[in-house]
Amino acid sequence: MKTNDWVYFITYGATLTLLAPVLGYWMAKVLNGQPGFLGRILSPLEKSIYRLTGIQPDKEMHWRTYLLSLLAFNGLGFLFVFLLQITQRHLPLNPQHLPNVPGWLAFNTAVSFTTNTNWQAYSGETTLSYLVQMAGLEVQNFLSAATGIAVMLALARSLIRHSSEVIGNFWADVTRTTLYVLLPMSLLLSLVLVQQGAVQSFRPNAVARTIDGSEQVIPLGPVASQVAIKQLGTNGGGYFGTNSAHPFENPTPLTNFLEMLAIMLLPAALIFTFGKMIGNKKHAWMIYGVMMLMLLAGITAAYWADWRMEMQLPGIAMEGREYRFDRASSVLWSVLTTAVSNGSVNAMHGSMAPVTGLVQLFNMMIGEVIFGGVGCGMYGMMLYILLTVFIAGLMVGRTPEYLGKRIDRYTIVWASIGLLLPSAVILEGTALSCLSPAALASHLNHGPRGFSEILYAWTSSSANNGSAMAGINAATNFYAIGLGMAMLLGRFGVIVPVLAIAGHLAQGKSIPPSAGTLPTDSLTFSLVLTAVIMIVGGLTFFPALSLGPLIEHLLLATGRLF
Amino acid sequence: MRKIFIKAIMLFMALTVLTGLIYPLAVTGIANLFFPVTAQGSLVIRDRVIVGSGLLAQKNDSPFYLWSRPSASEYSTWPSGASNLGPASKVLRDQMSDRRRDWRIQNGTDKDMPLELLTASGSGLDPHISPEAAARQLDRIARKRKWSAKQTRSAKQIVDRFTEPPVLGFLGQPRVNILLLNLALDGI
Repeated sequence: MKTNDWVYFITYGATLTLLAPVLGYWMAKVLNGQPGFLGRILSPLEKSIYRLTGIQPDKEMHWRTYLLSLLAFNGLGFLFVFLLQITQRHLPLNPQHLPNVPGWLAFNTAVSFTTNTNWQAYSGETTLSYLVQMAGLEVQNFLSAATGIAVMLALARSLIRHSSEVIGNFWADVTRTTLYVLLPMSLLLSLVLVQQGAVQSFRPNAVARTIDGSEQVIPLGPVASQVAIKQLGTNGGGYFGTNSAHPFENPTPLTNFLEMLAIMLLPAALIFTFGKMIGNKKHAWMIYGVMMLMLLAGITAAYWADWRMEMQLPGIAMEGREYRFDRASSVLWSVLTTAVSNGSVNAMHGSMAPVTGLVQLFNMMIGEVIFGGVGCGMYGMMLYILLTVFIAGLMVGRTPEYLGKRIDRYTIVWASIGLLLPSAVILEGTALSCLSPAALASHLNHGPRGFSEILYAWTSSSANNGSAMAGINAATNFYAIGLGMAMLLGRFGVIVPVLAIAGHLAQGKSIPPSAGTLPTDSLTFSLVLTAVIMIVGGLTFFPALSLGPLIEHLLLATGRLF
Repeated sequence: MRKIFIKAIMLFMALTVLTGLIYPLAVTGIANLFFPVTAQGSLVIRDRVIVGSGLLAQKNDSPFYLWSRPSASEYSTWPSGASNLGPASKVLRDQMSDRRRDWRIQNGTDKDMPLELLTASGSGLDPHISPEAAARQLDRIARKRKWSAKQTRSAKQIVDRFTEPPVLGFLGQPRVNILLLNLALDGI
């Protein structure tokens, strides 16, 4: 291992661990109606939005109303992005005169961006107009992130309440998240990106006459403003087809570091927001510790595999990577972007070592609870925590309790649905693709990697990640529709159970801790929690993983090529 | 029920205007005020003609110039693209040995071939190579352009001058920009 790589990893980890709690505790105040210093500038704007829309931010909602509002809001988002795409030829800000997007592709893209997946079956630069990119996709970058955070806020509230029918106001949660957290941070980051070289322009593409006399299109557009939020909001959908490997999205080693920090910052901070809201910061550090442990294990395995691949054939590791980034940072990014539900890439996952791919897949398969998407990582982890409390309770023969709440049948049934549904979608979808001639015809790599490409596509969609092992042609009808459905199930198949649980917990009575209560902020509990995640993930996906990356790794070690 | 939909529509419109119009326009305004060159694609202009972008590699296989890293999409910017071939791919292995052979034909030996020139980049538009990769191509260029010893020396100095160090000493690795370097070599 190079010294530089050590310095890189440690600087990254330290910066994150310093920033996350500060930002997290601050957000706990801001998102609950105490905007502090930003309030002086933005409070009037927040109030005028409420006045304009007739929203009463203090009027809290029953969980069903909260869910219904969320679904209506996201449904509108879907419809708007869909309509913009299929009519873009007739709309302004289309200087390249791009044609309307075909219906099934527009469906896939609209679902993808409203569910915070940002899976892309198209190349942005040649498919979407400036207007669709900014008024369609970029808006959903903000709003899908805000939706995830809102659900987490509702869940946190439900845990500290008792005998309460309400869990918060969805409109206020979304507005505050967008206004006080996402917008200011994106503004700041996008300006740094432009300073370093990212593009931000409304002019038509420039055309260059190159040194050897041929023509080169210099693609322009409102790029930096979109890249900033796609990194911060765990979205990950690039302006360009090659995402953050493209020099116009990620021009320098510095932007590479900042974009990578942006991937993790909000998901990590939200754990502390959660801890502060439930009044138990120690619990937040416990969760942070479990996530960090699993993340480090993943980074170690991925880095080892990358080093080994380079030893076998020097030079091969740079396939699909950019020279301005160090090799280690490309491996680190690939692990972070799959642990967190981001899905942006600065190097092509399709060209990475089999075991690196295995780490990426596993990160997504367990439901992206290693920090995870903004909000959804934390509420996904909560499902595992509830399951662990339940299992631990069974083991010691006590009624399971969590933070003074009795964990009963209703909660466990919903938690199981939230955990099992996305897994079922991944396995069923992959199996279906392996039986469908249309799906089989469209993969690129031969051998086990061909299977991994299919498995990766379903995993990435169902987990709302959006990165790809590429290779498969996702723009076929089969995949556009199938993966679109997977994204919907993976998103709302978890949100509905979480809100149902939140509503139920808020109604429950609070039980004072007794000698029989299992402490949930202890080291023992952290270890049991880690074990539950590994076992649930391992048992569900080991057969599929062994057919893809595992067998490829073993065959490659014997020198077998495809 | 109807009330929820009306509120959803109103809030959606308000936030769309804010995040989808005002925000990108504000960023564009500020960016073009303070960083007009980078915001417009870091265009490189010679004799009043745009010859490229300082951030995008371009197709150039003339032996008179430095070569960029290979590109799976033939340096297309419209759209950009990568090979996505895995390490166990025969196609990738063949491509790598072809590139090694081409280097040997042009430079006499492949012993000192810079490794990054064996593989295609992620964007297909990687604008940089290592300073060593540039220096090793200078012999070929000197031969083709029939440079004197003094000219070759000054070309080497130019490569040193164009070398960008890692940011803060640990982010990235030393690199040179091909397009800017090629233009500078024309001035020798």
